Amino acid sequence: MTPLAEALLLQAGYNAALVTIGAALLGFAAGASGTFLFLRKRALVSDAVAHATLPGVGLAFILMVSLGGDGRNLIGLLAGSAATAWIGLWLMDWITRRTRLAEDTAIGAILGVFFGAGVVLLTVIQTMSAGRQAGLESFLLGSTAGMLFQDAVVIATGGTLAVAATWLMRRPMTLVAFDSEYAAALGYDVRRIDLLIMGLVMAVTVIGLKLVGLILIVALLIIPAVTARFWTERSANVIWIAGSLGALAGYVGAVLSASVPDLPTGPIIVLVSAGLFVVSLLFSPSRGVIAALLQHRSFQARVHRRQGLLALAAQHPIRETYTLRLLTSQGLVRADGVPTEAGRAAAAKVARDERRWEIAREIHQAAGLAGRYEGLTPIEDVFTADEIAEFDRRLGPPVAVGGV
Amino acid sequence: MAPGGDRAGQPRIATCDGAAAARHSTSETAPLALRGVTVSYGRKPAVFSVDATFPAASLSAIIGPNGAGKSTLLKAALGIIPRLSGDVRVFGQPLKEKRAHVAYVPQRASVDWDFPTTVLDVVQMGLYRQVGLLGRLNGRLRQQAMDSLERVGMVDFADRQIGQLSGGQQQRVFLARALAQDADLYLLDEPFAGVDAATERAIIDVLKDLTAGNRSVIAVHHDLSTVRDYFDHVFLINVRRIAEGPVDTVFTPATLQAAYGGRLAATQLDDLALAGAMR
Repeated sequence: MTPLAEALLLQAGYNAALVTIGAALLGFAAGASGTFLFLRKRALVSDAVAHATLPGVGLAFILMVSLGGDGRNLIGLLAGSAATAWIGLWLMDWITRRTRLAEDTAIGAILGVFFGAGVVLLTVIQTMSAGRQAGLESFLLGSTAGMLFQDAVVIATGGTLAVAATWLMRRPMTLVAFDSEYAAALGYDVRRIDLLIMGLVMAVTVIGLKLVGLILIVALLIIPAVTARFWTERSANVIWIAGSLGALAGYVGAVLSASVPDLPTGPIIVLVSAGLFVVSLLFSPSRGVIAALLQHRSFQARVHRRQGLLALAAQHPIRETYTLRLLTSQGLVRADGVPTEAGRAAAAKVARDERRWEIAREIHQAAGLAGRYEGLTPIEDVFTADEIAEFDRRLGPPVAVGGV
Repeated sequence: MAPGGDRAGQPRIATCDGAAAARHSTSETAPLALRGVTVSYGRKPAVFSVDATFPAASLSAIIGPNGAGKSTLLKAALGIIPRLSGDVRVFGQPLKEKRAHVAYVPQRASVDWDFPTTVLDVVQMGLYRQVGLLGRLNGRLRQQAMDSLERVGMVDFADRQIGQLSGGQQQRVFLARALAQDADLYLLDEPFAGVDAATERAIIDVLKDLTAGNRSVIAVHHDLSTVRDYFDHVFLINVRRIAEGPVDTVFTPATLQAAYGGRLAATQLDDLALAGAMR
């Protein structure tokens, strides 16, 4: 088997299998929990929260060493990171509510100050005798080298809790994300639900610190939800699609990095996730770039076809080259601009439909049909055959175009 | 459910005859009574020491110039924005006790209409408090939501993504969401702003049905020319309370001048007064 196939089937060794499963679980948890962060349009808050974990890691290490313990105890480090992340989150909330500073300012301030403090603490730890082999800088970009079974258990447990809480609280969180004023009027505590959304994000950040690192975790939280949005129009589906996309990116990213020596896992996962985003951006059937382009083209062609045929019916010259090209390619006009047999018939039909619509608007005034007329919906789609026959009775016999 | 039909198993709040209730509402029983409500953004009060009593089973308008605090008053009454001071009573009790009896229709422009949700999902948001976190939106509740859509003429749009709606249709969906709550007091923020004529008629018909069924409606309103046609009661505000009472006695050139100051041209005032005199 090639290294890639081995990694794909979890046959590339115990550590690689552990990393792959852990990354997939983390990807699912981050994608699902990040849904409401994205829908609430507060993606950058999570970046500040992630950076605010760093001083907690440093302080926890110093505290554990000074108490005579092992400074690298994972649970202790994660507890420390959660503590300072929570302080950062709380401070952002306080700054936004109690001062005249806007949220983006608060995000910038907390992100910079907490990250700076964290870097200072890591430098201090480097000078401690116990600190040299601590490897705390791996929390910045993540590391898979020393991944233990315990780490995977932390991700699985924390991730399951975060996803369960997201699903349980999806109604209040949807309400706050869509219409926070209405949520408040119903009696929901909007501030607490916002803190819950951020709290879930914080939990995922903390459990993902070791594997992906604090700088890139925001990508795992946001990109899957943004990508999922291309494939569904319902917020509840976004949760599951984002989770699945996150899991896929985690699995594939970990496999790729395991099958090629020296590829970093976290960044590869993010790049795979970004690849899924680009594919969705291009190919989503309802919201994708290509679909939008095709719809625009088809609409433009319908407008030009109608205008051109109306001009033929009125025996006006067609001046726009696009119109002429379109009608020629459809076999309605010859290269020299003279309408063909089919062109005359189509022109007569368009002109007649135009007059049928006028009658229709007179007859069906009350039905609000005037609003439905844009000249592009075929009249047969709106009225039944007997209704159209009635319009024709009032119109009199059809008139040929081009005087045959 | 027929508009205004009686609802089995739910406590009725305002059961007395509509017209009589309108005349005899006191702050003890009124659907909404405010005392000394003050709201401030920074140090400049947006709403200052406002007393108001809105009558039961009536259509009430909150009117005043731009920036007069109309929407702010409504939001403060609902606890959406904090009050600096003041007391709010809903059917004689604190809002907390009566939340289930109050439905709010926010301004259409206050939300992102590209949000991934459907028309029916939005209407069902009005039922979230009833179903709780784990409850299922079963057939009966779904029917309740569909009935609300029926009342605003939007049943055919139930499965549409909300981004595909016109402005008027968006407003109807918001109204349907409030109707799904089956409340006794409806508070609407500019329900007619930027909607087409057909929607405006549809909305006012629903609101009149509500009051005919003993529900109370309070709407922030900006179009002075329709006040007399649509509303029974007006509350004029320009940061402070200017006047309140039945339309016929309170909606006069003198009070409008007091509320709008120089912003309302004299000819407009004459037109409105004339329209009043002709009825």
